[in-house]
Amino acid sequence: MLEVLTTGFYQRALLAAVMIGFANGFFSGFVVLRRTALSVSALSHTMLPGIALAIFITGALTQANAFLGALFAALIVGLGSVAVSRGNRIAQGTALAVLYTTAFAAGVAILPHLDTRQELEHWLFGDIVAVGNADLWIVFSISAVTLTTTNLLMRPILLTLFEPNVAAAQGVPTRTMQYLLFGLLILSLVASLQAVGCVLSVGLLVAPAATVSLLTDRTSALFWGGGILGALGSVAALLISAHFNLSPGPVIVMVLGGFFLLAYLFGPKYGLLSRHLRG
Amino acid sequence: MKDHDHHACCAHHASHHELAIEGLTVKYRSLMALDSVSFSTSCGNRVALIGPNGAGKSTLLKAIAGLVPQRAGTIRWRGAPVRKWFSEFAYLPQREDVDWSFPITLRGLVEMGRYPQTGWCGRFRAEDAAAVDRALDALDLTHLQDRQIRELSGGQQQRGFIARALAQEAHVLLLDEPFTGLDRNAARRLGDLLGRLSGEGRLILASHHDLANVPDLFDEVLLVNQRMIGFGPTATTLTPEAIERTFHQSNEPSAPVRPPANA
Repeated sequence: MLEVLTTGFYQRALLAAVMIGFANGFFSGFVVLRRTALSVSALSHTMLPGIALAIFITGALTQANAFLGALFAALIVGLGSVAVSRGNRIAQGTALAVLYTTAFAAGVAILPHLDTRQELEHWLFGDIVAVGNADLWIVFSISAVTLTTTNLLMRPILLTLFEPNVAAAQGVPTRTMQYLLFGLLILSLVASLQAVGCVLSVGLLVAPAATVSLLTDRTSALFWGGGILGALGSVAALLISAHFNLSPGPVIVMVLGGFFLLAYLFGPKYGLLSRHLRG
Repeated sequence: MKDHDHHACCAHHASHHELAIEGLTVKYRSLMALDSVSFSTSCGNRVALIGPNGAGKSTLLKAIAGLVPQRAGTIRWRGAPVRKWFSEFAYLPQREDVDWSFPITLRGLVEMGRYPQTGWCGRFRAEDAAAVDRALDALDLTHLQDRQIRELSGGQQQRGFIARALAQEAHVLLLDEPFTGLDRNAARRLGDLLGRLSGEGRLILASHHDLANVPDLFDEVLLVNQRMIGFGPTATTLTPEAIERTFHQSNEPSAPVRPPANA
């Protein structure tokens, strides 16, 4: 097992796991605070038809056009749902459900006409061991943008999430903040494609902060704790998958899900067990 | 905007710290919520907004705080449009408008009051932490600062939001039904606190529904039911006849409306 770690592709995979795990774990704090885990799930599924569409249009499956296709579809569906729900008549969840199933249906319709169907499985569940240097740069850039932006704008974002009215009165452009969060969310999803694929990417973007929220009441701990947990979990999962010869993407999500379950059961304050013991 | 440390002299120079509202009109779509309300008051006062449900009390507070757009009229504070002074105004939402499950501690909530001072990206300095400490201490909340906000009693939650206003060094406190849901002890405590805050020279405007204790709690009353029915010192303004006119209007061109829940 240890000699496998010295190979170049494995070192790249470990680096990718740390970066994706930390950036997405950090961002999962916002997903948990916005209570939009289900929309994230919808968006992540939207990326698949986006990729299919990109292949359909360009005729080839490359990193660049897959990323662009995923980004395009997620942006259309994600920002479209925000725009549609602004009229107050339709809730954003409703708009999102209609738009993402429509997009998914379009992807499914296109799929049989593509001759690269095999490789699409890789986008469904990810293949972190196959990351190349170009992928690493994409992941690094997205992580850097997400972490820098959210840290610089942490206060207005938090105030927008907690009290949108008060934030607006204090001069925060709350609508811009909401769009910004949505845009960054999509970037994070695209970054995690390589590691866990679009179906499982929700795990990385929800589980870490959800776990931390069971352990602390400090808002900042949600982000940094989520980041650390995401990175630790991803690296541990990679080592486990190498040892037992399992596919790394699913193991990452299983490990993070395992953390959540442990916190849910044994958390000192909000855990099932301690609440039960306190009566 | 840096001269926040003159609360004590407000009371002596009331004319410099005047809230003047002229012809304030607010509509939600086509529904009239407030129709040409005009009054002025100055810091050091406690003003009760009195009127039936849906009369526009919350709307008035939100309009002053800049939370709802006004259709017409002006709101001026210290002689300049109120927007210029947003950091001197603190709005305390109604209980049901707060997301109590938000993972934030009481201290984290009070720290939010420093955001206008620190700016959006500025460092949280020692003096900001000191202001938070003072605010928590002034409201006797220091021992509760690490509690999640849902784990506080109603009175403690109310004081937590007031502590945030103190940390912000706000001159004007806009409180939406602050006494709702408080037990007798907590209500008396909040009443004493409001007296202390106005004594320091702050201006307090609060919507209120319990007519019986208005004379004990407030210096001035504003009777409102879409239009302003009356304004002045509590003793001379809150007469049975004025209350009757406020709560039992007849022949109104349009019924009073409730603001939409998200406004």
